[in-house]
Amino acid sequence: MLSFVAQRIVKGAIVLLAIIVLNFFLIRLAPGDPAVVMAGEAGAGDQIFVTQLREKFGLDRPLPEQLFLYVKGILSFDLGFSFRQQTPVSKLIMDRLPATLLLTMTAFAISLLLGILLGTLAARWAGTWADTAITVLALVFYATPLFWIALMAILLFSVALDWLPSFGYETVGANYTGLAHMLDVGAHLIMPAMTIGLFFMATYTRMTRASMLEVKRLDFVKTARAKGLSDNVIQRRHVLRNALLPVVTLAGVHSGTLIGGAVLTETVFAWPGIGRLMYEALIQRDYNLLLGVFVVCSAMVLIFNLVTDLVYRMVDPRIDFAA
Amino acid sequence: MLKKIVLGLVLTCSASVALAQEQKMGGVINAVIQPEPPGLMLAMIQNGPTQMVSGNIFEGLLRYSPKLEPLPGLAESWTVSEDAKVYTFKLKSGVNWHDGKPFTSADVLFSIEMCKQTHARARANLVQLEKVEAPDDLTVVFTLKQPFGPFLGIFEVGSLPMVPKHLYDGTDFKTNPYNNAPVGTGPFMFKEWQKGSFVRLVKNPNYHVKGKPYIDEIYWQVIPDAAARSVAFETGKVDVLPGGSVENFDVPRLSKLKDVCVTGAGWEFFSPLAWMWLNNRAGPTSNKKFRQAVMYAVDRNFAKDVIWNGLGKVATGPSASTIKFYTDDVPKYDFNPAKAKALLKEAGYNGEKVRLMPLAYGETWQRWGEAVKQNLQDVGINIETIATDVPGGNQKISDWDYDIAFSYLYQYGDPALGVGRNYVSSAIAKGAVFNNVEGYSNPEVDKLFADGAVATPDSKRKEIYDKVQKILVEDVPVAWMLELQFPTITHCKIKDLVSTAIGVNDGFRDAWIDK
Repeated sequence: MLSFVAQRIVKGAIVLLAIIVLNFFLIRLAPGDPAVVMAGEAGAGDQIFVTQLREKFGLDRPLPEQLFLYVKGILSFDLGFSFRQQTPVSKLIMDRLPATLLLTMTAFAISLLLGILLGTLAARWAGTWADTAITVLALVFYATPLFWIALMAILLFSVALDWLPSFGYETVGANYTGLAHMLDVGAHLIMPAMTIGLFFMATYTRMTRASMLEVKRLDFVKTARAKGLSDNVIQRRHVLRNALLPVVTLAGVHSGTLIGGAVLTETVFAWPGIGRLMYEALIQRDYNLLLGVFVVCSAMVLIFNLVTDLVYRMVDPRIDFAA
Repeated sequence: MLKKIVLGLVLTCSASVALAQEQKMGGVINAVIQPEPPGLMLAMIQNGPTQMVSGNIFEGLLRYSPKLEPLPGLAESWTVSEDAKVYTFKLKSGVNWHDGKPFTSADVLFSIEMCKQTHARARANLVQLEKVEAPDDLTVVFTLKQPFGPFLGIFEVGSLPMVPKHLYDGTDFKTNPYNNAPVGTGPFMFKEWQKGSFVRLVKNPNYHVKGKPYIDEIYWQVIPDAAARSVAFETGKVDVLPGGSVENFDVPRLSKLKDVCVTGAGWEFFSPLAWMWLNNRAGPTSNKKFRQAVMYAVDRNFAKDVIWNGLGKVATGPSASTIKFYTDDVPKYDFNPAKAKALLKEAGYNGEKVRLMPLAYGETWQRWGEAVKQNLQDVGINIETIATDVPGGNQKISDWDYDIAFSYLYQYGDPALGVGRNYVSSAIAKGAVFNNVEGYSNPEVDKLFADGAVATPDSKRKEIYDKVQKILVEDVPVAWMLELQFPTITHCKIKDLVSTAIGVNDGFRDAWIDK
């Protein structure tokens, strides 16, 4: 198992390097650079100012040299400096990462637990009104745009009912501590986490239902039934466990992308996470920050893929690490 | 012999009379800031959000009344020599930086040198400065190469912020740790910045204006989505929506809510003027008659009444009506599609494609782009809309790669500071965004702007600027659209938030909460 993990880490590092090089050139293909953006914001019609900024950011150097310096920095765990925010990129990312992890992991847990539960129930009650209700509900959440769910939730729970805060990570200025702080953050977390969670929940519900119905028809389930095992045991030990393999695969892919993929939700709910940081870096052409976020997100995807492979092995012992 | 032109103290007294209601101490103001400022060091970053927050922390030598008259700031009085070349500022005594060190003339000298390096607008404003001296701790003497009419107009906090010499001298400005924990002389001190969430400022207990500020704390809250900002205001989570915080179509709705006050004041200095760049170099827009046709073809009243919900004013020319030396005695362009068609015919326009680039600043601007496209198509112009984001748009404009492009610029109170830069030949320089990117060149206009900046007295300047406005409106180097109005929306319990020509950008030193 150790050699498997080591092998994957080496492969992951190569993929990461390729991603860095590709992204380095890709983001420079977009028109506009940080100097033009900052000169624009400063209301400066002064070419000297733009030239000075380009020199300061190192944008006047040849592209290969800029890439070499960037990769050299990465190798010593230096993600560079955001000239726009006048702060090291790693600090900006580390400041925002906890909020994103809290949001996405909560959303992920909600979606996975509810999705598997509802999918299992739908499969078990296949063809009944309960199955139809769950399937329709999943379809609605899957088809509805995230931002619309978010805005409707704000209108209902914040404006009309005044139950939940509409924006932010915590109540600014309240200075809560301990349990009160946790509850405050929890209240702020509910709507954004549910907004993301409901979409993915719909995916897992449909996937679990379809997969369970397929597994149910297989011979080993008939054998288990012939052995006289109870329906509950068959569903849990034989059907669900095998049906979860595609769900685990999908969840592995989602968990990585969720880190940088909560842009819309973080924007609507003013959640101070990394998705927003990435979006802002993009519209401000803050190259170092944008690349830094890409590096972290890519690393997360690679790590989550590795974890997915390990979970696979636990769910299905037939899968061999050597393979 | 020095002739005393203005004694600031008199103006201070009159300004104080205006704020006659009984102020109450204490309380917290929650205000929206959007987008999040990239930094708070005003001498190094000059974008809008930075000034809005840092205008509470830093101060300039002067402030300005809504009529653009200079008011005392860190300078308590000033005199101008008879030849209008020597300006002597007396600094206020007893002013300390937030860290307790005294503010002196050495800080002024240092700030000027620093801003010349880091502040593009300050560098341009100080172009006529020959030398600056500090004969004592509380006196600063500016000597100009030649008289510069708007010189007394360049000292507001965003244009020339005072920086603590003892914290910046000899350091690498861009990595100075005080950039993110700024130290100023202003009414509020920097306390905390949770990136992505809020900036917290607290009252400066040793502020040099006795009894001020009235409020204890300000939280500038970062809420990136316009609809979410409206909800935050509606639900009482924020008290102040500075101009431009919400989409324009939300303003009438929010204005009608109970205990909500709206003011368009506080933009007199900036006077944002919206126009469309018309590329004077090539294509149909290089023809004066075509440009005039554009002016007749666009229904600017519709834009004001429908797209901007009645906010703003139709522009008559290159100067906003709120800045100095404005005149409306210029050729008029009403909405007249028939005349536009006739001019297009005279111009020999043969249906070539014309690219129109709206401004990527949100829904209102997109709708405006669509309306103008329809207006121009109605008179027979073959319009192709170019979609881009803000950096992409800026790049295209600075590369002169456009035909018609929306923009809006601040005018900074005086044509020599914020108008001439868009029309004089010397400001044609590829690679920068807000100079003469349309490529208009007229030696007579160049001379008039050059003369207007250095002429004395003001009556002479007015004569010059009247003339240049007439020429420009006849030539239509750009299509002037609207004098924009960005209303500040507050809960009515917040009083005296806007008291000067730069409004909420000037800090909340006069604001108080009627509990």
